[in-house]
Amino acid sequence: MTAHIPSRPEYEIALAPFTEKPLEHTLPLATRLWQYGWLRKGLILIVLAVIWELVARNQDNDLLLPGFLQTAEALFNGLASGELLVKSAASLDVLLRSYLIGILLAFGLTTLAVSTQLGRDLLSTLTSMLNPLPAIALLPLALLWFGLGEGSLIFVLVHSVLWPMALNTYAGFLGVSETQRMAGRNYGLKGVRFVALILVPAALPAILSGLKVGWAFAWRTLIAAELVFGASSGQGGLGWYIYQNRNELYTDNVFAGLTVVILIGLLVENLIFNGLERITIKRWGMQR
Amino acid sequence: MNAFTPAPSLLRAASTTTLLEVDGVSLEYRTAERSVRATHQVSFAVDPGDRFILLGPSGCGKSTLLKAAAGFLQPQEGEMRLAGQRIDGPGADRIVVFQEFDQLLPWKTVKQNVMFPLLASRTVTRAEAEARAVLYIHKVGLGSFADAYPHTLSGGMKARVAIARALAMQPKILLMDEPFAALDALTRRKMQEELLALWRDVNFTLLFVTHSIEEALIVGNRILLLSPHPGRVRAEINSEQFDLTSSGSEAFQAAAQRIHRLLFNESAPAESAYQDTAVLLRSAP
Repeated sequence: MTAHIPSRPEYEIALAPFTEKPLEHTLPLATRLWQYGWLRKGLILIVLAVIWELVARNQDNDLLLPGFLQTAEALFNGLASGELLVKSAASLDVLLRSYLIGILLAFGLTTLAVSTQLGRDLLSTLTSMLNPLPAIALLPLALLWFGLGEGSLIFVLVHSVLWPMALNTYAGFLGVSETQRMAGRNYGLKGVRFVALILVPAALPAILSGLKVGWAFAWRTLIAAELVFGASSGQGGLGWYIYQNRNELYTDNVFAGLTVVILIGLLVENLIFNGLERITIKRWGMQR
Repeated sequence: MNAFTPAPSLLRAASTTTLLEVDGVSLEYRTAERSVRATHQVSFAVDPGDRFILLGPSGCGKSTLLKAAAGFLQPQEGEMRLAGQRIDGPGADRIVVFQEFDQLLPWKTVKQNVMFPLLASRTVTRAEAEARAVLYIHKVGLGSFADAYPHTLSGGMKARVAIARALAMQPKILLMDEPFAALDALTRRKMQEELLALWRDVNFTLLFVTHSIEEALIVGNRILLLSPHPGRVRAEINSEQFDLTSSGSEAFQAAAQRIHRLLFNESAPAESAYQDTAVLLRSAP
């Protein structure tokens, strides 16, 4: 055996505490500002408004395309007179009630589906039958059954919330990891407590996305339904406002009504849903 | 062949001091078309305070046995008894520590995770649960991370929380399914050391599944060797005398080689070495 001759000598370095440079430093102001989502989105909105105003001025036809400033004025007048607020409140009232009913029914169906084979079959059959059915297509039927009024609106809205919500929630339940399920069963959890304490929080990303989709569907269906049969018991919602103003060729008011629809959508998405995500699934590291 | 397997009658006779009795248990798992036998008539007995290891290559049904002990599976034949009670479903008297990092509930902080089984099983009041959680979180050295969410912790820290959560329940038996297999080698070694320290401190009964011969010798005081396809008992070996400090010793190496031979059915190359180890092992307390 020959002694192993190293190709180069070993060495050791005694390390003094690191003081040459600060370990962290703050990023430049522009980079930090760019991190704010609302700032970036606000910039996008401003650019869109400018383009809109330019196109409208180029067209120069108030009847077909009022500009951004004109619409803003109509919006301000509508809000100041209280008419738009009353109409929005009427729409939101019907919407929220239907939304809650839809969510409750969806949870009932999915809980049944995760606990029994028959519930599973029921859910999959019902969703595959009814989910592709446009809510508006049910409106004539709803009018026959519930008459001209809130009842019909709530019926079609529940229909538009229930199925996407149930599908998303059920998909979320199925995606819960086997380890977490076994952990829950290990602690003696069963039935509704198992669903509430393990499945619902673990499936929250899917449930929240179901809530978002349900909200968008409901909002869309509501405005469309109001456009079709308008006022209920003498007081219409936003859809009715848009419809009326179109009939009277107040195109700027039509745009103002549409703007309110969009604004409410943006507010709910950015304040409520993003807020919910921030304090739940983002904080828990379940979503980036 | 069956010289190492105690007869079931012997097991019953010893049942007054036995905590977990596994009596002729055959387990099968089903796919859509076939039913596969994972273990065939496995019997063993775990005494209170044991660190009992199930060791074998993949396919020997060791994890399946642990799941059956946890009550997630029903045996095809035979039965398992915990303190004389037949096991027929999951229960909070047997807490499982899994290998997967996602066994902690991501929507709860470390402290809430440790408190969760205590509250979910309605074992104790909220105040008592909190006191126990704080105690065991300190025992695993995570006192300053009580309010952190699991996704901010390293793999080793998550394993520690899972152990604290299991110990806080003060279960009759702790079931560990390769809890350190997903950790890096340095962290795994440290976790083995800490587990042994906790065992000396709290003195729980442990059923531990591993595929590492070295880990089995270090962590366990008894090792049950299982042969694969289907899992059958090959041997039961005492390993009380080994710990992390003796892992380089000759006796340790000899024991590891003996287990390797038993598991893979190789004939002993040097008969004398084998006997030396056997003598050494038998003379151990």
